[in-house]
Amino acid sequence: MSDTLLALDGLTKAYPGVIANDDVSFSIGVGEVHALLGENGAGKSTLVKMIYGLVKPDAGKMTLHGDAYAPGRPSEARSLGVAMVFQHFSLFEALDVAENIALGMENPPKRRELAARIREVSNAYGLPLDPGRLVGELSAGERQRVEIIRCLLQNPRLLIMDEPTSVLTPQEVDILFGTLRKLSAEGTAILYISHKLDEIRALCDAATVLRRGKVVGTCVPRETTARDMAELMVGSTLHTPERRSTASEDVLLELRKVSLPAATPFGTSLHDISLSVHAGEVMGIGGVAGNGQDEFLSVLSGESLLAPGHIWVAGDDIGAQPPQTRRGIGVLAAPEERLGHAAAPDMSLVENALLTGSVRQKLAPNGFVNWSATRVFAEKVIADYDVRTPNADVAARALSGGNLQKFVIGREILQAPRVLVVNQPTWGVDAAAAASIRQALLDLAEQGAAVIVISQDLDELMEIADRFAALNGGRLTDPRPTQGLTIDEIGLMMGGAHDMEVAHAAQ
Amino acid sequence: MAGISIELLLASLMVAATPILFAALGEMVVEKSGVLNLGVEGMMITGAICGFAVAVETGSPTLGFIGAALGGAGLSLIFAFLTQVLLSNQVATGLALTLFGLGFSALIGQGYVGIKPPATPDINFGAVSDIPFIGPVLLSHDVLVYLAIAMTAGVWAFLKFTRAGLILRAVGESHDAAHALGYKVVLIRSAAIVFGGALAGLGGAYVSLVRVPQWTEGMTAGAGWIALALVVFGAWRPWRVLLGAYLFGGITVLQLNLQAAGVRVPVELLSISPYLVTILVLVIMSSDRRRVAMNAPAALGRVFHASS
Amino acid sequence: MIRLEKRPMPSRLWTVLTPIVAVLGTMVAGGLMFALLGKDPFEAIRTIFYDPLFNDQFAAYSRPQLLVKAGPLILIAIGLSLGFRAGVWNIGAEGQYIIGALCGAGVGLALYPSESFLVLPLMVAVGALGGWAWAMIPAVLKTRFNTNEILVSLLLVYVAEQLLASASLGLLRNPDGGGFPGSRNFQQWEAAANPELISGTGMHWGVVAAFIAVIGAYTMLSKHMLGFQIRLTGSAPRAARFAGVNPVRLVLICLGLSGALAGMAGLFEVTGPAGQISIDFGSGYGFTAIIVAFLGRLHPIGILLAGLLMALTYIGGELSQFMLGVPAAAIQAFQGMLLFFLLAVDVLSNYRVRIGKPGVA
Repeated sequence: MSDTLLALDGLTKAYPGVIANDDVSFSIGVGEVHALLGENGAGKSTLVKMIYGLVKPDAGKMTLHGDAYAPGRPSEARSLGVAMVFQHFSLFEALDVAENIALGMENPPKRRELAARIREVSNAYGLPLDPGRLVGELSAGERQRVEIIRCLLQNPRLLIMDEPTSVLTPQEVDILFGTLRKLSAEGTAILYISHKLDEIRALCDAATVLRRGKVVGTCVPRETTARDMAELMVGSTLHTPERRSTASEDVLLELRKVSLPAATPFGTSLHDISLSVHAGEVMGIGGVAGNGQDEFLSVLSGESLLAPGHIWVAGDDIGAQPPQTRRGIGVLAAPEERLGHAAAPDMSLVENALLTGSVRQKLAPNGFVNWSATRVFAEKVIADYDVRTPNADVAARALSGGNLQKFVIGREILQAPRVLVVNQPTWGVDAAAAASIRQALLDLAEQGAAVIVISQDLDELMEIADRFAALNGGRLTDPRPTQGLTIDEIGLMMGGAHDMEVAHAAQ
Repeated sequence: MAGISIELLLASLMVAATPILFAALGEMVVEKSGVLNLGVEGMMITGAICGFAVAVETGSPTLGFIGAALGGAGLSLIFAFLTQVLLSNQVATGLALTLFGLGFSALIGQGYVGIKPPATPDINFGAVSDIPFIGPVLLSHDVLVYLAIAMTAGVWAFLKFTRAGLILRAVGESHDAAHALGYKVVLIRSAAIVFGGALAGLGGAYVSLVRVPQWTEGMTAGAGWIALALVVFGAWRPWRVLLGAYLFGGITVLQLNLQAAGVRVPVELLSISPYLVTILVLVIMSSDRRRVAMNAPAALGRVFHASS
Repeated sequence: MIRLEKRPMPSRLWTVLTPIVAVLGTMVAGGLMFALLGKDPFEAIRTIFYDPLFNDQFAAYSRPQLLVKAGPLILIAIGLSLGFRAGVWNIGAEGQYIIGALCGAGVGLALYPSESFLVLPLMVAVGALGGWAWAMIPAVLKTRFNTNEILVSLLLVYVAEQLLASASLGLLRNPDGGGFPGSRNFQQWEAAANPELISGTGMHWGVVAAFIAVIGAYTMLSKHMLGFQIRLTGSAPRAARFAGVNPVRLVLICLGLSGALAGMAGLFEVTGPAGQISIDFGSGYGFTAIIVAFLGRLHPIGILLAGLLMALTYIGGELSQFMLGVPAAAIQAFQGMLLFFLLAVDVLSNYRVRIGKPGVA
């Protein structure tokens, strides 16, 4: 492990207004599992893009096995033995597994040969795959396997993994770690990017911590406590929200056998979801991405309409009511995708305040918009939720992810909802802002609202939810109190590693 | 129906289908790469006049068709530059291409009204073409009729079997993913656009040099739009696009023959029948949303800007 | 190396400047085209842009033509712009214009020779209805069967042109016209005529309607919830559904409104400047209005100005044809060029151009 594989020396990359990476130096040994740790926006992604040849550094240099290394394109990086498993955006849903893998290789063998190799390698590493299946039909975990196999077929010397476990159940994480340890033992170095400290402690030999684009420390994860690493990463002590259960006996929201066919070829359909949420309760909905979270939110927000009789709010049948009617009743929602769904990117914050506020805040009586009242509302959201923006006329897309999320959540909470549904409320938000959003959700429940939090961050759900249920293939498990729930039980609720058997059966 | 020969009908069907087949194949490749070019009509009419002018000036139909392909490709380069480099709206730019093409072709065509172009000879298949029925229907055409069929096969094989075809489909499916893997999205799309322009130009020249053959303003009369509809009809598959083109060619030829034969159906109804049938077919093909979503390239019409 | 960088917010300055830059660019490129045609480019540009308004000899005749030509362009473009903003692409306004004229004229002729003052208003209403109904075909097919409205609305233009030819040769032909194609002349029938309201200005009821449409669209887009929904749908369709916009309703409204306005424009044209239904009644206004809508940045005031400018190129084009022998097709190409330039410089309002070493591989 003493041989250095990749050394970074003074890498710097600036974008207008931000320095994404500032004089970053560290090195990775042969066969080493090296963690790159940092919050969202700390510069991890930019750094790995430079290593992978997607972005050119402004300054600094890299060496690979002692030779100068400056990949101009990803294909160059791949041919030198650097491979990468992406967090998002690198698979083609309408193409099959073999085609997807061929696209990521420099000189793919003939189709039949490639299919055989995929079967062989994927089985050897415990990640079975059927080369003929369309990627769009695969689960998130299986898709990741496609990316990993794509890399492994090229015998990489360095494998970069960007937040690989965010799409996996706990059981699938164990399988992945087994694979990574095997690779490491065979001499493949792994650069493992994450902000999940327990994983890093379980897997990695060394860690480099980034904050605001700079290296702020290095450590040996096994010998460092999670708390110490967290403080290194965030730069201050963390505030955990106060938790007190305020659930009452009254059922405020009730879903009765909600089913919804998939809207798109690769979408998820919902099956027979029944759920009661009490006033003052925070209901946590977990599950791996793509198991029906968006669809679940859409039946509650009114974007997908059902036949009458399936959704009730305090005696009102709202299942067939459009979004604005539901807002009138007090059912509000904040979708996961902030830009383009929860907010219109090119419109100002004032206009975005009108987007969901028009009914409940009475901003457009008799159809004509009262822009001054709308502005007052927008400015109140900005002030109350500490949204960092020059003014309310700024376009939504100009805000950072965290600030826009605060605006979106604040916009809904300030309308005093009786039922609030949020999907991934703290995704991509820095730790301090995440804590304040969670606190706001708890406060809302305390005032008697029913709050549903859909999240893929299990720690978050355990922290704020009273009860927990998981979405799995469009079905919802029976909810269970979060108190005393173990990680294994949660994993099983999320579906365990059952798609492994599917993949086996498909062979 | 007296006076209408089935043999002649089928033979002229192939001729009528050829221009839209060229244009639709080209557009299909463009759409497969994720770009919607609504300027097919403009590129066709430009090809029609370029081909006509070159053929008349040089006396060579072959050079005419080459000129047509270059003309169509040239116009499509403007589209490629605007949509791929300057990130303009594809719908608006395509319309601009059509509006400009119509004016531009009329301008060039001023001196060519009423002239007869050099004839494009039919291929001599020798004795084989004496086979009854098959000979006159299938073997009595010029080389472009067969080139269009060969193109269909070529495009099919390209998309299905070659790596370049795979990359093209991947770019049309998700430009972000393709970019992340290091593929040059803009370059690949521009190449597809130029190919589409060249084929549209060929199709246009086939109208002015063979099918009509003379030059009149706006003579493509919506063929470009029908080609666009054929791509939807064909569900982005080459052989089904060919089938659609031949069906459409059949309707066109049939209604012309019925008009000539003086059938007791209003002439207007016959003249609008190709357009009505196209609309009807579009309705049938697109009513199954899931199937359309399955077949259409996922990134169709979306603007790509590499932000990272 | 030049690269583009997305602006955090669209630039207000460039939004206003781009049409001006586009016009200037078109003048240069158009001048080049005229030079290639063997005409003096400066004289050609002057004949198109300056003479129709200020030439001592012709201006008196051509100045009123400005409003005559701009009226239908603005009326149609306003309707189109609402749809374009919402991502609903009605490009068959030419067909709706023709059908509106046919329906309105048909109803009018059925009442001939009534002298009731209600004839013209009735014809206007039926004209709007005809255009609306013609636009409802793509609208219903889109909402019911998911059919692409671009192709359907465009293909229906060819159908409308056939119907126009048929009507002017048959159903609506002037019985007293000695067998010549074309309908009765509405200008000669007072109850149905759409006359010049103020002598020497070119102002007729269609121009009045265009101005009302500009004001109405402006008010709706900036003050009314429907306008907000239209803008929202165009800018972020998914957010619009989340906000509770009913996409089906919006498609019906946008296509219906643009169809009705185009139909009305057709009716005002047939009862006014054109005078009668004839085979060549379809003037291309429906297509030019697309350019007007974009040139006006889909903004009502912008469309007003763009409509006037485009009218100027029409009149100037005719003038240059007459004076310099510039072919009519050159003007059409010139207008197409204008749209190209506009789309090309449009990038400046949403992106910043950076010159320097590339940061993106």
